[in-house]
Amino acid sequence: MNRLLILFAHPALHKSRVHRQLIRAADGLSGVTLHDLYEEYPTLAIDVAREQTLLLGHDTIIFQHPFYWYSCPAMIKEWLDLVLEHGFAYGNDGVALHGKTLLSVISTGGPEENYQATGAQRFTIRQFLAPFEQTANLCGMEFLVPFVVHGTHQLTSPQIASHVADYRKVLIGLRDGVFDKEAASQYSRLNANLHSVLPSAFHSL
Amino acid sequence: MSEDVLQHALVYFLAAVLSVPVAKRMGLGSVLGYLIAGVLIGPYVLRLTTQESGHVMHFAEFGVVMMLFLVGLELRPALLWELRSSILGMGGLQVVGTTFAVAGVGMFFGFDWKIALAVGMILAMSSTAIVLQSLNEKGLLKTQGGQACFSVLLFQDIAVIPILALLPLLATRGSGGASAEPVTGIHALPGYLQAGLVFLAVGGIILAGRFLLRPFFRYIAETNLREVFTATTLLLVVGITLVMEKVGLSAALGTFLAGVVLAESEYRHQLEADIEPFKGLLLGLFFISVGAGINFSLLTTHGSIIVGVVLGLVLLKLLVLLAVGQLFGLQRDQNALFGLALAQGGEFAFVLLAFATDNRVLPASISDVLVVSVAISMAITPILLIINERVVQPKLAKTINERSEDEIDEHDNPVILAGFGRVGHVVGRLLRYSGVGTTVLDFDADQVETFRQFGIKSFYGDASREDMLRAAGVAKAKLLVIAIDDEEKSLQIVDLVQREFPNLEILARATSLEHLFDLRARGVKRIYRETFASALEMGVDALRFCGFRATQAHRAAHLFRQGEEQAMDKMMALRNDDSAYLSEARQHLENLQNVLRHDMQAQRVPDENWDIQDLIREVTEKTHPESKAEGTGTVSGG
Repeated sequence: MNRLLILFAHPALHKSRVHRQLIRAADGLSGVTLHDLYEEYPTLAIDVAREQTLLLGHDTIIFQHPFYWYSCPAMIKEWLDLVLEHGFAYGNDGVALHGKTLLSVISTGGPEENYQATGAQRFTIRQFLAPFEQTANLCGMEFLVPFVVHGTHQLTSPQIASHVADYRKVLIGLRDGVFDKEAASQYSRLNANLHSVLPSAFHSL
Repeated sequence: MSEDVLQHALVYFLAAVLSVPVAKRMGLGSVLGYLIAGVLIGPYVLRLTTQESGHVMHFAEFGVVMMLFLVGLELRPALLWELRSSILGMGGLQVVGTTFAVAGVGMFFGFDWKIALAVGMILAMSSTAIVLQSLNEKGLLKTQGGQACFSVLLFQDIAVIPILALLPLLATRGSGGASAEPVTGIHALPGYLQAGLVFLAVGGIILAGRFLLRPFFRYIAETNLREVFTATTLLLVVGITLVMEKVGLSAALGTFLAGVVLAESEYRHQLEADIEPFKGLLLGLFFISVGAGINFSLLTTHGSIIVGVVLGLVLLKLLVLLAVGQLFGLQRDQNALFGLALAQGGEFAFVLLAFATDNRVLPASISDVLVVSVAISMAITPILLIINERVVQPKLAKTINERSEDEIDEHDNPVILAGFGRVGHVVGRLLRYSGVGTTVLDFDADQVETFRQFGIKSFYGDASREDMLRAAGVAKAKLLVIAIDDEEKSLQIVDLVQREFPNLEILARATSLEHLFDLRARGVKRIYRETFASALEMGVDALRFCGFRATQAHRAAHLFRQGEEQAMDKMMALRNDDSAYLSEARQHLENLQNVLRHDMQAQRVPDENWDIQDLIREVTEKTHPESKAEGTGTVSGG
């Protein structure tokens, strides 16, 4: 069984429509740790030793956050700057994260079609996430196709609920090691076609 | 003979040990406990003491002297200077006003004007011992009303000197009869010499306190012998007392001055710690002897007269005091405290009555009745203060706002805030600003009135009382914020809540390290040292002025704070088991020593975040400098 660590960052959760629901996907799942960074470190004073211990205790690291200015909220950046120290995460002796998996779970206000060369945003999500991908690479981690919820401004409650259900399936699949990473890599986002990346038993969940 | 002394000591100690805790637990305060103990062992109930209680009282009056020394230690010269107008103004008006009021009533009842005036001066005095001890115990000494009481009492102490000089002039049956004690000390001298001696004594104490005592105490402290330091402190107090008595001044005034002079010295806490137990015991003894000295046989023969005198005395003094308080702008609740606290005769009255009888100013028949009346009025004082607390103050709060009683039943705010002083009001305002319903409990009727005008649900009351908390809606609240500055009360509230409302979360303000530990020992998790956060902010700015970058200074404070929390854990473990028996001042010193010791041993934790020394070392050691470590997405390129 894989242990999953969700590093969750939302500076104004009380105003959130999507993430407040999404984090409930982890409710009651054994092997999944939800770590609410803005709740833990309201002043951005991150406890590095504690975070590193948490990393060592998990196999899959998930960054879950809204996609602010084509990137993460400040907390995640601060977390990266502080926690992924030389000698721990990278460098000659920095092998603590080798073999672990990294996943981004993000939401965007704009619709999916905007995120392409011909769209309003001119780049794909995957291109925007290049810093994360390379961070994973430098730290010897496997980078997964991101789980993306698009068009959050126009989502209806049932649509949000179905994203939550998908997220929960992904979490369980990753935890139980039945997730077909190979198949997922063909898509631009992890949740584009869950039927083809999760075993059939999941479809009825 | 020594056996006799020990037997007496046994009786007094036993009486105190048995009665005071009971009285305290019943909410009557220690003073009333001692007084009741005195009545019980006195010649009219158990007859365990003889008529010698008068001698005991005289000896025990030394406790009052010590108390004023302690009061002086708490009062820096600057603070005393600030109080000058209330000491002279309120004190002067009270003494003069009461003197003439009493004299007028006396003349109305047909007494000679000389006798009436003498009695007026004598009864103008209030009891420093009972008032200060009671107010201190209730934590009211620092309130506006408490300060006013203190000012008046201080003036009375000073006024004793001229009164002693004036009384012989009022002698009715020939000046200074044969049986009178020879006039001694200062009063035998001509006026200008008297004044000179007073200045010499007072000036001597101030100068010696300023320039001699500190080096002397340092010399003694360096011996590291605790008891020698104690002996030196006692020597100082006894010495001043004797000198003052020799020149005919009030000993209490002398030691008070010495205390004020020493208030700014580094030995203040040590001096307090040393004198405190003696003061407590002697004052207790004093109160017991007042109780034992009440002449109940006189009460049976002159009962109605004495009751009349006591009632008249208390009422008259109360009226004069209320008028004085009103004139000096005391708020209504504070004025009530001021009036009720000081409406009694004082221990000086005993001295002055004896002096007046000896000088043939008063016939023994009058002074005997007055001695009993004054003693009873002193015994009534703690009861008056209880009435003030339980009846008068809530009434005042209620008349300020009639709706208080109905409203208190129905609100169900999630937060109850006990105390709306300098800490509580910030918490309360933030909650209000954020739209969180808060119910405020405070002990200051005028403040409560103000809060109400601004729509804050606030109630006058004591949060350490279960009925009060229930009425404030504790059953529906989620959170109790204890923001009062009375440590004992705060702990009482915690005990009460943990016993009766175990599900209520507590956020507690800690006013001292000792208080912090007391709260921790009770399992309170969320404790806030009232000055720590702002002191830390100040430190951060100090660092910035010393060239630190803002974030660097901020992080240093962050690390320091973490270290502090670990230090508190360690100190909690080290905590002296006997702490309950150490005086507050002593405990404060010990805690400070522990903190400083910890600081010396603790290594400063370097801020390792954003540190690239390792990275640079690795890169320079590399034979191939263009390898991956350079220019990664991590902290680099600084």
